[in-house]
Amino acid sequence: MAAGTKRLIAAALVLVACGAGLVSPAGADLTRSAPRLQSEKARIVSLVPALTEMFYAIGAGPQVVGVGSFDQFPPEVATLPRLGALLDPDTERILTLRPTLVGIYGSQTDLQAQLARAGIRAYVYRHGGIETIYRTMRELGTATAREPQAERLVRDLQARIATIRTRVRDRTKPKVLLVISRQPGTLREIYVSGGVGFLHEMLEIAGGRNVFADVARESAQPSQETILARAPDIVVEVHAEGMFKTSSVQNEKAVWAPLSSLPAVRNNRVHVLLGQHLVVPGPRFAGGAEALARTIHPAAFNR
Amino acid sequence: MSPPSRLAASARQALAVDALERPARKPIRTRLAVTIAGFGALAVAAIALAPLVGSTHISLSRAFDRSIPFADNVDAQIFFVARLPRVLSGALVGAALAAAGVVFQALLRNPLATPFTLGVSAGASLGAMLVLIFGVSLSVGPFSTVPLASFAGAAVAAGIVYRLATPYRRAMSTAVLLLAGVTLNSFFSALIMFAQYFADFAQAYRASRWLMGDLDVGSYQPIIAAVPLVAIAFAVFAMLPSALNVLSLGPEAAATRGVDVVRAQRLAFFSASLATSAAVSLAGPIGFIGIVVPHLVRLLVGVDHRIVLPASALFGAAFLVACDLGARTLLAPVELPVGVLTAMIGGPFFLWLLVRKG
Repeated sequence: MAAGTKRLIAAALVLVACGAGLVSPAGADLTRSAPRLQSEKARIVSLVPALTEMFYAIGAGPQVVGVGSFDQFPPEVATLPRLGALLDPDTERILTLRPTLVGIYGSQTDLQAQLARAGIRAYVYRHGGIETIYRTMRELGTATAREPQAERLVRDLQARIATIRTRVRDRTKPKVLLVISRQPGTLREIYVSGGVGFLHEMLEIAGGRNVFADVARESAQPSQETILARAPDIVVEVHAEGMFKTSSVQNEKAVWAPLSSLPAVRNNRVHVLLGQHLVVPGPRFAGGAEALARTIHPAAFNR
Repeated sequence: MSPPSRLAASARQALAVDALERPARKPIRTRLAVTIAGFGALAVAAIALAPLVGSTHISLSRAFDRSIPFADNVDAQIFFVARLPRVLSGALVGAALAAAGVVFQALLRNPLATPFTLGVSAGASLGAMLVLIFGVSLSVGPFSTVPLASFAGAAVAAGIVYRLATPYRRAMSTAVLLLAGVTLNSFFSALIMFAQYFADFAQAYRASRWLMGDLDVGSYQPIIAAVPLVAIAFAVFAMLPSALNVLSLGPEAAATRGVDVVRAQRLAFFSASLATSAAVSLAGPIGFIGIVVPHLVRLLVGVDHRIVLPASALFGAAFLVACDLGARTLLAPVELPVGVLTAMIGGPFFLWLLVRKG
């Protein structure tokens, strides 16, 4: 018994020693080398489309070695390994790529723990408003030693947003219903943007008044009754490509016809916009805001 | 009595037929008339009052004012486009699911049977998932894509179970029916998850939202499509109650009492599956009604199917209309999935009644 215990302790000591021996060079490399050098050699995995777009926008694209299943932009990601997404990250393949920085979503706590155990840095992201987009870009800039590029990107986006605001500033703000999901071909299971989140903020920038601004959530399912009662002047649906076929957009607009008391329906102001830039809170969001502004205030862009 | 044995007693009571053999306190016609009058009044009250209440205040005189063009009349649109279709579909779905629950419980001789036990709803869900996820668009007559696909899925599931349970023009084995249904449920659930795994988030979310059930049907068209199917099912239900009373004793006992067991079982299976398919294709798989309403009604009126079946249909209609009223007003302006409310309201009420009666 005593001999057994001694042997165990000895074995443990050997293991610890080996472990220390194995770990310390790598650890030393991480801590001692200048962060800048280390970050330039970073191998990046991004499982979140918004983060992937940001990595590319700040010039870290060449260092991206793997992306999530739903990443489509920029087109370069098409050739990269797909490593799962929010619910099904492929931890094993992520580790095989030997990344030094992995962009994950806030709810992926298991993956976060696994990465921590493997000594890999995780950038944990959660959707928020436009300020979150800017903050995330700056933090990714720091993480990849590309602060100047990130700062330039943020300034550029802020300037574009300011331009949109100026264009629509003197226009009266119509009441807008911003639809983000519904069952195709019917008015069932309609989800709209509430008064929180980047979609709501994009709508405000574009010179619209969100009719569900009082709902303190990013998305909400109102009943048809509530939609009728809120009487929006304009209905804008934003969907990623592939939600509706481009050929069916006319039919999808027509499903609103039964709600003829809506000013939006009466005045033929139901719009269906398709495109990932409208729904991904990444560097293309300014383009999304501009598309919304052009839809809500076409006259402001006709000069 | 401890709660488990109380539950068991209630389960026995649900199937107990000895109660039927006791001389009835009053003639069946009188009891039927009283029950239908009571539950009918409840259903009528629910259907008449529910459209008057909502998240918004509307002026009824304006809603019914024909001098205002309908396109300009918000109150009329809220009443006729938003509220009335919801109430009517709630009544139709509630009645169909509750009655189908009664029939399945008798057919399977199992108090835990629901309209969804035999895989009908899983088949319907798979059909709906597939068109929602792969963006298929089809429509036939008044049916639009999702109802059509879910009805087709339900029909396929019912067809498979039926084939498995009726090999040689013999009586259906309830054990085989149950096993086939449970297996089919798991199999279809696996296929649903498989399909969802390949969908993107928005599609997967829309698909799982469908599974929570929703009565905001948005127009009369889907209701008009479902009414004939439910009507056929109820026409068959009307022929069933006496046969169901005897079937509850078991096929052998039923045969000795001169019931054509094969025919009765097949009619029961067909009509209950049809009612369930129509209800699910209209509003998604709204749970709990098909199991709790029949038991609630049995606790109140006894176990004779001649009374339980119509009473359950009426009470199911009233119950779902009431739950949907809660779904659309409690969290207004936001909506609550009605399937969440049916169990949240119905569960505690049922347990209270169970304990009190036990």
